[in-house]
Amino acid sequence: MRIVDHPILGKLAQDRTVTITVDGRALEAIRGETILATLLAHGIRKCRTTEKHHEPRWFFCGIGRCTDCVMTVDGVPNVRTCVTMVRQGMVVETQTGLGEDGGGES
Amino acid sequence: MTKSFSTTGIAAQGELRGSPGYPTEARMQKGAVAVIECLQEIPCDPCEAACPVGAITVGQPITNLPVLDESKCTGCGLCLAACPGQAIFLVDLASTDGEAIVAFPYEFLPLPTKGTPVEAVNREGAVVTSGWVVRVLNPRKYDRTAVVYVAVPREHAHEVRSIKRERFQQGAG
Amino acid sequence: MTRFQVLVVGAGPAGLAAAIEAATAGATVMVIDENSAPGGQLFKQIHKFFGSSAHYAGIRGLDIGRKMLDEAQSCGVEIWLDSTVWGLFPDNHVAVIRDECSMLIEAEKVILATGAYENALSFPGWTLPGVITAGSLQTMMNVQRVLPAKRMLMVGAGNIGLIVSYQAMQAGMDVLAVIEARDRIGGYAVHAAKIRRYGVPILTSHTISEAHGAERVESATLVHLDDRFLPIEHTERRIDVDMICLAVGLTPMAELAWMAGCQFAYVPEAGGHVPIHDENMETTVPGLYVAGDITGIEEANTAIDEGRLAGIAAAEALGYCSQDEASGRKALVCERLDELRLGEVNRTRRTVQRILQAQSSGVQQELSDVSPQRGRSQIG
Repeated sequence: MRIVDHPILGKLAQDRTVTITVDGRALEAIRGETILATLLAHGIRKCRTTEKHHEPRWFFCGIGRCTDCVMTVDGVPNVRTCVTMVRQGMVVETQTGLGEDGGGES
Repeated sequence: MTKSFSTTGIAAQGELRGSPGYPTEARMQKGAVAVIECLQEIPCDPCEAACPVGAITVGQPITNLPVLDESKCTGCGLCLAACPGQAIFLVDLASTDGEAIVAFPYEFLPLPTKGTPVEAVNREGAVVTSGWVVRVLNPRKYDRTAVVYVAVPREHAHEVRSIKRERFQQGAG
Repeated sequence: MTRFQVLVVGAGPAGLAAAIEAATAGATVMVIDENSAPGGQLFKQIHKFFGSSAHYAGIRGLDIGRKMLDEAQSCGVEIWLDSTVWGLFPDNHVAVIRDECSMLIEAEKVILATGAYENALSFPGWTLPGVITAGSLQTMMNVQRVLPAKRMLMVGAGNIGLIVSYQAMQAGMDVLAVIEARDRIGGYAVHAAKIRRYGVPILTSHTISEAHGAERVESATLVHLDDRFLPIEHTERRIDVDMICLAVGLTPMAELAWMAGCQFAYVPEAGGHVPIHDENMETTVPGLYVAGDITGIEEANTAIDEGRLAGIAAAEALGYCSQDEASGRKALVCERLDELRLGEVNRTRRTVQRILQAQSSGVQQELSDVSPQRGRSQIG
């Protein structure tokens, strides 16, 4: 959920938006926010499932250190969603295990 | 300083009344006065700089507990907004109609509205009485720390230190 | 190869302060940060700072961050963002990845201001979606402006646990409890008072034994601890929460200092292994300085002052500042640092400083024992 008003931070400017797709679903994102922030804004509580036991994972450190929050972005697996900014047309997918390198440079 | 405040964050009445920032009952009866509930020696002194009439002294070293000169204090409330620990209040026992006015710093939304009834809480967040909002100040110079004044039955003046926080609905996410 | 006189790794409070001092003195300064925005932890700190009103007290962390950033930019400091320093090689050769290219940058003086990372606490269920660090929640609420959950349990009653609990309420969350394994609050009493006032219980001598839930956190089991930190049987109870925040300490992020061959001291009260430094914030590797949480976990205001010390010292070593002038300015900063470390509540910090000073003089003594003619510049 978005914090639209805050006693210290004031009102949230929501006018500059882009659209990304997450598992095929089009979501509105605010320019300059991280992919993870967009997920949280829309109540999405999973980034990936683990390789062996297929357990859900979300985020942990939020600052790009722990890699809990990785997803496949524009075909590239293991992208840290907590430190990656959204871009118009970005394609984000829940990753299974280590993901598959379906695009981008290897 | 005694164990209670530093262990739990809750000061016992004895700890408070013994501290150099706590005014006398007699002074509270004359009108609004600052009540400083800062009982732990930490390096901090913005209250001293905030007071326009020099009623608060911290001096050197800046871990000194703030000392209130109640004769100088005009009850303006600037120190309530300035204190980073939100440890300063105003108490006014001057009224003759059985009500006291307590002011406290408040940094939540929604800000209470003048004239509305509220549930007043003590230092542990327990509702002890009901009251009503006399005034809410939130000028720019307070840097987003609003100061809320509530009227409560006089016998609760030494307990009431805030109001029950209303959950703020953020709206559709 | 690009060359700078002073290269600062980390654009948080310590790094920016160091850059400002060095640039003001006349050196060419570059700051490199892996994040896409500078300021380190400062922009998450929406509360008013403590300390001396003569220096930033009473001002909100995020506003201090903005002022420092403006000052750094107006001093001509070059700032590279989205750039990761992954290596530190002899003679201050710094390896950086930027725009998917790796490069080596040479600097006469390097200042490491890389901060710290949050500790984890593992317990059954800790991998469930909804278990995060306190700093992570702070980033989401105060920087990204999103709320990940509604009902939170905070583990740890140090300053971070207490402050983030308060900020969680400001953002619209309910904090069901703050638990602390020790028998007392670790943070400032006023931070505790601010959340007690809104009904948040602080349960000392408690820990979390398990997090429960199918696909996400749904509840947590708390247990009472005895005076040896062992769980007391039959004291378990469950609370309904959808988020568990861990505020269980920080550890200096000192990998680059390890790599460069700095001598370290193990000081648990400082957060673990910390690089030894002298009164100029210089490590045992000549020309390599440290400032901020990498030297031991403290606060933003001490990070700023340590950064200033390192910046002044680096400028002095480069010849941009006379010894007298540098001496005077460093003395003022040291006075402030001492002031920030006063009080019973800060006793551990003073112990840490004494240990570090002893280690540092020990190192210098060893060197002069080995060869009285050899200066420190001959090691490493």
